[in-house]
Amino acid sequence: MKIHEYQAKAILKEYGVRTLQSVVVDDPASAAKAYDELQELGDGLCVVKAQIHAGGRGKGGGVKLVRSAEEAAAAAAAILASPLVTPQTGPEGQPVKKLLVEAGSSIANELYVGLALDRSVGVPVLMASSEGGVEIEEVAAKTPEKILRESVDPTMGLQPYQARRLAKGIGLAPELWNQATLFFHALCRAYLEQDCSLAEINPLVVTEDGQLIALDAKMNFDGSGLYRHPGVAELRDLDEEDPTEVEAANAGLSYVNLDGNIGCLVNGAGLAMATMDLIKLHGGEPANFLDVGGGATKDQVAAAFRIILKDPAVKGILVNIFGGILRCTTLADGIVAAAKEIDLSVPLVVRLEGTEVEEGRKTLEESGVAIITATDMTDAANKIVEAAGASS
Amino acid sequence: MSILVNKDTKVIVQGMGSAGRFHAAQMVEYGTQVVGAVRPGKGGQEVEGLAVFDSVSEAQEATQADTSVVYVPAAGCMDAVLEADAAGMALCVVITEGIPAADMVKTFQALKRRGSSMRIIGPNCPGIITPGECKIGIMPGYIHKPGRVGVVSRSGTLTYEAVWQLTERGIGQSTCLGIGGDPLIGTTHVDALRLFNDDPGTDAIIMIGEIGGTAEEEAADFISGHVNKPVAAFIAGQTAPPGKRMGHAGAIISGGSGKAADKIAALEKAGAAVARSPADIAATLVEVAGL
Repeated sequence: MKIHEYQAKAILKEYGVRTLQSVVVDDPASAAKAYDELQELGDGLCVVKAQIHAGGRGKGGGVKLVRSAEEAAAAAAAILASPLVTPQTGPEGQPVKKLLVEAGSSIANELYVGLALDRSVGVPVLMASSEGGVEIEEVAAKTPEKILRESVDPTMGLQPYQARRLAKGIGLAPELWNQATLFFHALCRAYLEQDCSLAEINPLVVTEDGQLIALDAKMNFDGSGLYRHPGVAELRDLDEEDPTEVEAANAGLSYVNLDGNIGCLVNGAGLAMATMDLIKLHGGEPANFLDVGGGATKDQVAAAFRIILKDPAVKGILVNIFGGILRCTTLADGIVAAAKEIDLSVPLVVRLEGTEVEEGRKTLEESGVAIITATDMTDAANKIVEAAGASS
Repeated sequence: MSILVNKDTKVIVQGMGSAGRFHAAQMVEYGTQVVGAVRPGKGGQEVEGLAVFDSVSEAQEATQADTSVVYVPAAGCMDAVLEADAAGMALCVVITEGIPAADMVKTFQALKRRGSSMRIIGPNCPGIITPGECKIGIMPGYIHKPGRVGVVSRSGTLTYEAVWQLTERGIGQSTCLGIGGDPLIGTTHVDALRLFNDDPGTDAIIMIGEIGGTAEEEAADFISGHVNKPVAAFIAGQTAPPGKRMGHAGAIISGGSGKAADKIAALEKAGAAVARSPADIAATLVEVAGL
């Protein structure tokens, strides 16, 4: 789960990470007022920043330097006026609802520090780089030697010698090592205690008077750990998520919307991805990823159909089920009930295999619902691509 | 022959909620030697015809079990796995999904500190089966057939799919295991490939991977250096968009790593035959292995 910059900063501040004074606003007048409150701290300079989850906000015009209350109001109005398009949002952009007005700061140096799980070692790794303020993926691709790493023991936490090694490695002067140790340690504690999947400060700046400050902050959380952090779970912003994906999640389904026109209803994430591949291989384009899970009920199958059909681009639906624990009969009953209930307006191709498959196929045949049955996956792909093509 | 589990494997079940109970019964029906179940505070009772013990160690002492299967809810899994290890289990199959990554980080670290030799399969996996001998997990038993092809996969239903394609062609399996879709897992593709390569009962191997991480690239490295049996592979998620989570936590492509195209290229370079369609997994193996 992702949260906004201002929320991440609030959490990190509790752990002792130094941030700049700031105010969250949602209209130009409040932005002007915030400027008046903060301008003294930044020597007349403030920054107005769009609060959306996607990165690359600066490149999309979502971060503006302002030197007066009027400029602050104008910047706020400009950012709020239309969806913000960044390299990470897609062409339609993301509407901006909140802004962070932050006191400006002198910047002597921009650095990077971030924490994520290193799957190969099986522990979190703290990464630091002298190349701050740019995408870390870019640094990793062009100058990987400029990213230093320290594995963090999840029970012992980051040790001071590790922090000093990173501080020295990214070129901090010795008089800043203590401050850096406290900073890195705080970031690691926040990551470990809050079940983060990512905690990143980019840039971490050194001010001209020798302070280390988190100028930006990003925290992602492990969805599986949210149950023990109710406060973090509350920070979820549904405006940032695809409403259909949220609805699917509430129905116990895993759904991701895609650009194609063939809806997919599959059990199991691996088979669901493979089904998308199959459709593409046979000349079609999948409209979604949808995993009904291992124990889907009739109601869930009906919900899955409704969710798939919300996408007006869908010109046909492929059901691909390998019944294991989920019996084909249960699924067939679900399909028939759902098809009758929601008036399927597009061709439906069903491929069933596995437990109680004969009975399941019989249920479909005798139901009177217009279903194109497929004998295997290749047959299913060919039939749905043809049917979707004919109905579009 | 087989890897990790066979007719002599003695299994206890940790977690007898509705899922644990259902699958314990299924395992017994398949012929697995399920020798007991653990329910703290309910020792001495019987569930699904199984003797119930208060702890894994008591179950072990009474039954000489060497393997446990974990169905306990996610929040209790760290405890369950560490208890299985403390009781001397050689193998622990963790079916549960949704375990916080931090818990698995701590669990694996703790096992390392203890010098544990217990192998973990999973978490978030369908389990492991040696057809005709021992089924541990949630896979439908009847789709399998005893034979000489090893199957390893990150996914559940996609594994069933590959197994079914083999069985339909009359090709049996030595052992099939799902290693799980989470970022941190106990048994990797490389581990499974090593075991299959060393198993005299396995002639050829099917490996099913998916986008995200670098496990398939590491498997490719291992294949080119160490595996002398034919390998057929499939990578799910060739058409998945970057940055989106596709059900499995591991299946996120970020930046330049984890892409299906890179994994396919690495595997082909290592000499594995890679099926482009999930419908052709068995056919690809038949071709490369000359079965």
